[in-house]
Amino acid sequence: MPANFMPSAAEYFRFAPEIILTIVGTLVMILEAMTGDRDKSSLGYVSLLGLAAAMAAAVAANNDPGLAFQSMIIVDGFATFFRVLVLGVGMLTILVSTNYLSEAKANSGDFYALILFSVVGQSLMACANELIMIFIGIEISSIASYILAGYLRDDRRNNESALKYFLMGSFATAFLLYGVAWIYGLTGSTNLGEIRTVLSHGTAPTAMVGISAALMLVGLAFKVSAAPFQVWAPDVYQGSSAPISAFMSAGPKAAAFAVMVRVFYTSFDSISNQWEPVFWIMSLATMVIGNFAALQQRNIKRMLAYSSIAHAGYVMVAVTSHSAVGTAAVMFYLASYCLMNIGAFAVVTWMARDGEKFVEVDDFSGLAQKQPFVTAILTVLILSLVGVPLTGGFFGKFLVFKAAIDSHLMWLAILGLLNSAVAAYYYLRVLVVMYFREPGASTVNLPPVAGTLRVAMLVTTLGTIALGIFPGLILGFATQSSTLGK
Amino acid sequence: MPTTLLERYFPVVLQAILAFAIGTLLIGASAILGKRVRNAVKNTAYECGMTPYGTAKERFSVKFYLVAMLFILFDIEAIFLYPWAVVFRDLKMFAFFEMLVFVILILAGFFYIYKKGALDWTAEELKPVQHKIHVDLMPADPVPSEKVTHAA
Amino acid sequence: MITINHYMAVSAALLLIGTVGVMTRRNIVVILMSIELILNAVNVNLIAFSKYHNQVTGQVFAIFVIAVAVAEAAVGLGVLIAMFRNKGTVQADEVDLLKW
Repeated sequence: MPANFMPSAAEYFRFAPEIILTIVGTLVMILEAMTGDRDKSSLGYVSLLGLAAAMAAAVAANNDPGLAFQSMIIVDGFATFFRVLVLGVGMLTILVSTNYLSEAKANSGDFYALILFSVVGQSLMACANELIMIFIGIEISSIASYILAGYLRDDRRNNESALKYFLMGSFATAFLLYGVAWIYGLTGSTNLGEIRTVLSHGTAPTAMVGISAALMLVGLAFKVSAAPFQVWAPDVYQGSSAPISAFMSAGPKAAAFAVMVRVFYTSFDSISNQWEPVFWIMSLATMVIGNFAALQQRNIKRMLAYSSIAHAGYVMVAVTSHSAVGTAAVMFYLASYCLMNIGAFAVVTWMARDGEKFVEVDDFSGLAQKQPFVTAILTVLILSLVGVPLTGGFFGKFLVFKAAIDSHLMWLAILGLLNSAVAAYYYLRVLVVMYFREPGASTVNLPPVAGTLRVAMLVTTLGTIALGIFPGLILGFATQSSTLGK
Repeated sequence: MPTTLLERYFPVVLQAILAFAIGTLLIGASAILGKRVRNAVKNTAYECGMTPYGTAKERFSVKFYLVAMLFILFDIEAIFLYPWAVVFRDLKMFAFFEMLVFVILILAGFFYIYKKGALDWTAEELKPVQHKIHVDLMPADPVPSEKVTHAA
Repeated sequence: MITINHYMAVSAALLLIGTVGVMTRRNIVVILMSIELILNAVNVNLIAFSKYHNQVTGQVFAIFVIAVAVAEAAVGLGVLIAMFRNKGTVQADEVDLLKW
């Protein structure tokens, strides 16, 4: 019996991205401890290299898809897509944060190591084929991001944000875990495929399976900030440092959606008549709450937080459609969402400056006259967030609502479209402030745009435009891999 | 072989009854038979050793929390050795190398906290400002006194 | 005879106590303890199911849950201490800097 526990070289190869990231993360941590008080920005570049190597390994692993380690890990197109996505988010986050950290005099290897560890967790979530692996992935990702949320220890807003994120996060994960335990008890397996087989026989009590699935949904909905588990998001995004908010609104969310799609489409496929109505209501509630609450916000980080809740709602619409088209829409939407949201937070990072003094929407007044480059960047990103054609955001929304209509979710599609019309109002307000107001106290002495930050802004903006003009770039791959390895 | 629930747990019930009876008996006997002397010395908490001082609800410096927490972390990591030890014979050298990787990762963590000075209790008196983790987790005044009364 | 249902009942009770604790307590340390209680409810469940299915999967899972719970508690207490140093309170309802 034990002989087959020996993993083959191919299995290590499929798991290489996580292995590389763990090694680099540990290395960065040790280097941080050894270098003492010296300048740490070089550790940022080491981390970037590590992430790039992991991304190459993830792409290479896709040439030889399959299972690994007693089918605990699955490498397919879907997993590869999300692996590359979260690794990209990690790289962009590091680019956005180096300058911010130096200004806050908190540039240290700890930060980069935590980012790397969090990305390991998200990458594991993307390729997990087993409930234990999913749980471990979620926890690795969350524990690192709890610390990141409160990274500036002397800042009260950081403290509060970390505390709220931690308390609500671990509470939600505990529920997820309770659901996982029950699913294991009811089916006798933690493997997603085996659970699917057992559930399709219909011998397990349906009500109990439904309740367990609902408990798991609580944890996952928390991670993607879907209503009614979205209350933490505005506080945490507002309180944390802007680069961390960018990270938390992109990486963990994408990975949690990957888990949600994989678990509900694979394991809970046979009870889809139970969870589809729940998803229907949740997606609508998430869109409505996100968009209408965003209308009230004066703080730009808080506004972006509510807008990210609304975007989670759109992705939920695609999940609700429960089809291959829907899966492809989830993938495309999350890719474009990650790009535009990190870009927007990169601009906020630059604007906020040391101590985050300028985070109101009104602080952007007259930016167009003073800093045309950043204005152009933010304009493109905001138009993409609104969903204007020729941007990635447009195609994302298009695919989401197309998937909904294909699955006969007519009302959800109509209500979603109305919602995105509401969203235009609060996004365009930022543009109005930038272009038609006179420069105020916040825009008189603008800091220069640091090189790394400029790279992050350019990459996100060009990526958004590229997705808008050539959606085929990733849509083809997304459609190919949308069937999931069942 | 006992079958019903009551029969299986009868020894436990019996022991509980016995423990309660003996406890009551001894305390009762000393209360009835004993001689009572009340004076200041008799009423102190300890009749020998050092004189007690201050309140028992004293606050400890956070640096002890840090050491305790690190201890628990490393302690719990050791539970992974138990399942490993069970299958070690079957898996042979493969298991050895797997555990080696695990232990190296733990050691990396240990090295990190050691270098950061988290295990150094006395460092603060020698050098007030040094590594960041030090400054943050071990403030010069452990707990500001006015805040203590406020929180209590 | 102790059946699996008894374990389920204990676990459900722990879950309930933990949930009520998180919802009603003001002291953050107590909230943390309540969350740990829920995780222990999960552990009771896992071990019982493991015995019931005659597998070791549940037991291995429980070990992972324990390890993760400790890491989580360590981070949580660290976060709490950072806040206590800046704010001087461990009451959940005094954490009110960020509000809508």
